[in-house]
Amino acid sequence: MTTAAAPAGERAAKARPATMAQALGRALRDSMAQDPTVHVLGEDVGTLGGVFRITDGLAKEFGEDRCTDTPLAEAGILGTAVGMAMYGLRPVVEMQFDAFAYPAFEQLISHVAKMRNRTAGAMPLPITVRVPYGGGIGGVEHHSDSSEAYYMATPGLHVVMPATVEDAYGLLRASIASDDPVVFLEPKRLYWSKADWSPEAPVAVEPIGRAVVRRPGRSATLITYGPSLPVCMEAAEAAVEEGWDLEVVDLRSLVPFDDETVAASVRRTGRAVVVHESSGFGGPGGEIAARVTERCFHHLEAPVLRVAGFDIPYPPPMQERHHLPGVDRVLDAVARLQWEAES
Amino acid sequence: MTVQELPGAAAYRPTPPPAWKPLTDPAPLLPDPEPYRVLGTDAVADADPELLLRLYAELVRGRRYNAQATALTKQGRLAVYPSSTGQEACEIAAALVLEERDWLFPSYRDTLAAVARGLDPVEALTLLRGDRHTGYDPREHRIAPLCTPLATQLPHAVGLAHAARLKGDDVVALAMVGDGGTSEGDFHEALNFAAVWQAPVVFLVQNNGFAISVPLAKQTAAPSLAHKAVGYGMPGRLVDGNDAAAVHQVLGEAVERARSGGGPTLVEAVTYRMDAHTNADDATRYRVDSEVEAWRAHDPIQLLERELTGRGLLGDDGIEEARAAAERMAAALRERMNADPVLDPMDLFAHVYAEQTTQLREQAARLRVELEAEQDQHGHDDVEEGR
Ligand SMILES: Cc1ncc(C[n+]2csc(CCOP(=O)(O)OP(=O)(O)O)c2C)c(N)n1
Repeated sequence: MTTAAAPAGERAAKARPATMAQALGRALRDSMAQDPTVHVLGEDVGTLGGVFRITDGLAKEFGEDRCTDTPLAEAGILGTAVGMAMYGLRPVVEMQFDAFAYPAFEQLISHVAKMRNRTAGAMPLPITVRVPYGGGIGGVEHHSDSSEAYYMATPGLHVVMPATVEDAYGLLRASIASDDPVVFLEPKRLYWSKADWSPEAPVAVEPIGRAVVRRPGRSATLITYGPSLPVCMEAAEAAVEEGWDLEVVDLRSLVPFDDETVAASVRRTGRAVVVHESSGFGGPGGEIAARVTERCFHHLEAPVLRVAGFDIPYPPPMQERHHLPGVDRVLDAVARLQWEAES
Repeated sequence: MTVQELPGAAAYRPTPPPAWKPLTDPAPLLPDPEPYRVLGTDAVADADPELLLRLYAELVRGRRYNAQATALTKQGRLAVYPSSTGQEACEIAAALVLEERDWLFPSYRDTLAAVARGLDPVEALTLLRGDRHTGYDPREHRIAPLCTPLATQLPHAVGLAHAARLKGDDVVALAMVGDGGTSEGDFHEALNFAAVWQAPVVFLVQNNGFAISVPLAKQTAAPSLAHKAVGYGMPGRLVDGNDAAAVHQVLGEAVERARSGGGPTLVEAVTYRMDAHTNADDATRYRVDSEVEAWRAHDPIQLLERELTGRGLLGDDGIEEARAAAERMAAALRERMNADPVLDPMDLFAHVYAEQTTQLREQAARLRVELEAEQDQHGHDDVEEGR
């Protein structure tokens, strides 16, 4: 897998607080500066800098040919990106909101995901599809969907989701550098989360597909990603009081899936809960639980549990807090891991 | 290389094609290049004074509604509001031109059209307040849910109108979409179906200059959006979208045509969005004040007010009365929106399927336990208030 190095000739600089949104913008900028074939396109990405301002300044710096306001048509945006990639460019497409990527599904599933396969490897499509995704920002209907299950069910796509400022930068750079299409899901409720971060310093750009242990622990493993990571970290802190020492694994990508890191953790702890905010039924948790069970059956002290959003269309914002899995629901599942006592 | 340059091309004589004629004569379908106007022109002589006064009262009320709703976003009472200030003539005309049995298919910006059609002003705002996706029964009002994904409501309008016609009902569907929405594939498919089926639909494009930040010139290279109609085989009409009488007349003719079996029409109303895209948008990043000011001089309410006062149909009393009525509406809206909506979290599970699945029953039970625990903890019933 290709990994992009941080631009050469840069000296370490003092870390400053930066938001995830800024880190994403910086990753786009650095990718464009380093590689003239990287093009950004989408609705409002030019003059406005995107509705979340992730692409702010790119049109000014690189010109409208490289950061392009397109007509308003998601299938058209992704469809033209396919052609651009066929001709040697590296398009980075912005879908304005999760639920507005659906008009582009035909392009994504029939073409983007399959082109390498259809052409026996002759025509890989290095396209990154950035999707601000997930709930928790009080958005009205069609602005809060978690669509990762659809994407991960489509062979040929990578599905990547950062949860930290550093990963937002590193994973986006790696995604753009990847010769395969990546659906890059940006947890929009973490856009304004901050970390001390120095974009000028060399930033480790991980190959996509490696999970990381964010918090070591011995009693059980919380397996999570994207917007649910902070929830799990908070739950792990709260669980200390109950005498539970929880390990938290941040998957960082669903495709590829890092079986090794996850299985190693569950073998250590013997118990696992998968946490995500998309619906549970047919959701990523089912796949993850099955994989963990297959690899760790003899180590498990309890069934792998799932904490997910309800199986309902994403609710109106005034009700979303009931739908989104919070700390209490995670702790509740952790309590249910004391399987013997219960059964 | 052209055909003539090909070796041996000189000897090649193509067989003439069989006689061909266009399916439809394009000439009558083509829009006039100049947007149609009524106010301040000779055409105004035919306008019904009563209708003009009704339009005026609704425009004044509509503008006040936009201002009030925008103010409610600042107080945190609305999650977001896409104002239609400047576009009220389109909104109101679209509502008033329809009979009760007709259907309106609004986009997220068209709250005003829904309210002018008679929808309760609070019910029209639930989507934007964030308590319900659609706070009214679309069948009861014959207003489809305010549609957020762009242009996706257009095929729905075509299907409904087609079905009504199959049933023998003389129902017309009027679907509203923005200039940006015309680039979506659904726009194309809807227009094509409508024309092929001769469905009784009117498509109203409110060309307000921008799709969020993207100007029309980056959205299309067509002479006008109305010109797109010709390719589908339906008439395209261009109208001054700030001239309420003109929009009403053009839409009225299109509705009449549709009702009498004449098929669909594409109407482009040329207007301008005076406010930002929504309260959350910063319009100074993509447009200049002078442009906004030029359009302010062509304000829909002023245009109509000047016409009516000039013809002695409206005096200071009438203006005062329209404003007072608008104030009463705003005060009532404010008061009702200041009350917390009463929400039942169990409703989350109520309308997913006709019959709840076992999984949903389990999940509902889990939430009920959580809510009871929450209630015990807080000692008071803040759940019912939805806060
Ligand atoms: C399918 C889809 N893509 C993107 C969006 C995000 N979005 C909301 S409004 C808007 C601009 C729409 O412009 P236009 O159609 O001209 O209507 P206006 O807002 O001017 O009324 C965009 C891009 C959306 N709602 N639906």
